[in-house]
Amino acid sequence: MIKLFDVAEVIRSKNSGPYELTFDIMFKDQATFEDFASRNIMTPAVFAKLYGIDEAQVMSVIAFPPSKAVKITIVRPISSGALGEKDVYGAQQHKPLLGFEYS
Amino acid sequence: MREFRVLSPTAILGYGFPAASFEEGMRRAPHVIAVDAGSTDPGPYYLGSGKSFTDRGAVKRDMEFMLAAAMDANIPVIIGTAGGSGADDHLQWNVDIIKEIAAEKGLSFKMAEISAQIDKNVVKKRLETGGIVAMKAAPAPTVKDIEDSTNIVAQMGHEPIIAALEAGAQVIITGRAYDPTVFAALAIKEGYDAGLALHMGKILECAAIAATPGSGSDCMFGYLRDDCFELATLNPVRKCTTTSVAAHTLYEKSDPTRLPGPGGVLDLTQTTFEQANESTVIVRGSRFIPDDAYFVKLEAAKLLGYRTISFAATADPIMIGQLDKIVEAVKERVHTNFDGITNFFLDFKVYGTNGASFYGNTSRGELCSPLSEAAIIIEAVAQTPELADTICSFARSTLLHFGYEGRKSTAGNLAFPFSPSDFRGGAVYEFSLYCLMATDDACQYFPMKIYDLKKGVPS
Repeated sequence: MIKLFDVAEVIRSKNSGPYELTFDIMFKDQATFEDFASRNIMTPAVFAKLYGIDEAQVMSVIAFPPSKAVKITIVRPISSGALGEKDVYGAQQHKPLLGFEYS
Repeated sequence: MREFRVLSPTAILGYGFPAASFEEGMRRAPHVIAVDAGSTDPGPYYLGSGKSFTDRGAVKRDMEFMLAAAMDANIPVIIGTAGGSGADDHLQWNVDIIKEIAAEKGLSFKMAEISAQIDKNVVKKRLETGGIVAMKAAPAPTVKDIEDSTNIVAQMGHEPIIAALEAGAQVIITGRAYDPTVFAALAIKEGYDAGLALHMGKILECAAIAATPGSGSDCMFGYLRDDCFELATLNPVRKCTTTSVAAHTLYEKSDPTRLPGPGGVLDLTQTTFEQANESTVIVRGSRFIPDDAYFVKLEAAKLLGYRTISFAATADPIMIGQLDKIVEAVKERVHTNFDGITNFFLDFKVYGTNGASFYGNTSRGELCSPLSEAAIIIEAVAQTPELADTICSFARSTLLHFGYEGRKSTAGNLAFPFSPSDFRGGAVYEFSLYCLMATDDACQYFPMKIYDLKKGVPS
């Protein structure tokens, strides 16, 4: 099993506007990125399972070669700052990705 | 080959920059100094209340540098999304700072204010006639959402700013504006490619965040040419690298290759990033594709009530193991204690377990080692500050003495670091509109006020 934590340079989350959360995984090297992206390791279904959310909440999974990155965007659980907010900027929702493993 | 140069002093007006970086930027003879002052990131409070999320003193400090330098060099200064959210209250707050600086420093210039505040009736009429389009992740707007909103703003494109430049304004300050427009407007007016100008603006709007090491409080410089643009840092400790610039293209966006904005889409599918020298990057191939109809994005927030919070902690392993159950029982107790007070929101944010996390394993008991501490913020939101105080206070005292199963520490469940233990958090807002609105032309909803400012006095 390959640990995402070991092969990624950056694993981060952030609001993309008040109604979306977006996650960036930037890989350390080109080969690992290409392997990860070409085999579609991250899909809406995989992300939904990892985060315990409905697959319909995953808006997109996009590979971005200039950054050796895979980007996942989901619907925010609530709009930024609404009652029940935990993270107004959405900058600390990356933790489940830190534990992600693939073969 | 001709070249258009842009100085971006800082990521957000008021975040500051080293004087040496700014002076280096001015030595490179920019055609415009531009800065984006806004973001929805700090949440709905600032748009809803009309208050700035940046500090007045810090904004004034940044503007003093920019205005003095622009007057010396006889170039325009363009500020987008004044006061952080770009409603009329924010715009006036920032205009007052400009007037104060102009008076203190004896500066005179032609000034343009461009409003982005949208009247509720305009939005209602557009909704009735099918001119409002919901955003993918946000709820479809209703008449009630429009009526409940305190401030409604629309993101302007570059066209209203070009109109101000054509009218001869040297200092242009706008309400809510699409971030890249303040950097791109003058270049587009002079015939440069809109795709390259807007993409350069998209990167410059966060200033040195796109460099490595990144910083939100340092300058960046852009050189726009006919077939490319080049990004440079102005502080020798930072460099632009293809990695840092491409990484920024991902930042806070859903799709890095397709960036929708007012009037069209910035298409980055053909974009290339090339390391020009050790510290600059050349970008090529970005295209602007105009939409068939011109849409602007609306943002608004509404008042929900008033917040009171109490901060406390527990070091008791028996309590920590049962926190989920305990806070649910306390919630129920609070809800049944007051006859007739039902319209409130009560939440317990438990830190040390899942106070920050929406996802993953959120079971409090499992995550905590028996010896750890947990911090608890009790939050009450109600229709008046007094009612929020009442709910928060009762929840706090109930939790303090709540008799949970297996309790050994019977003198009190909570450690309070402060006296008083409860704090008023003020008005609470929620985003109420986030949608697209059709416009007949790009300047329609963005009226401009233009006047001569002589040593701070309008004439």
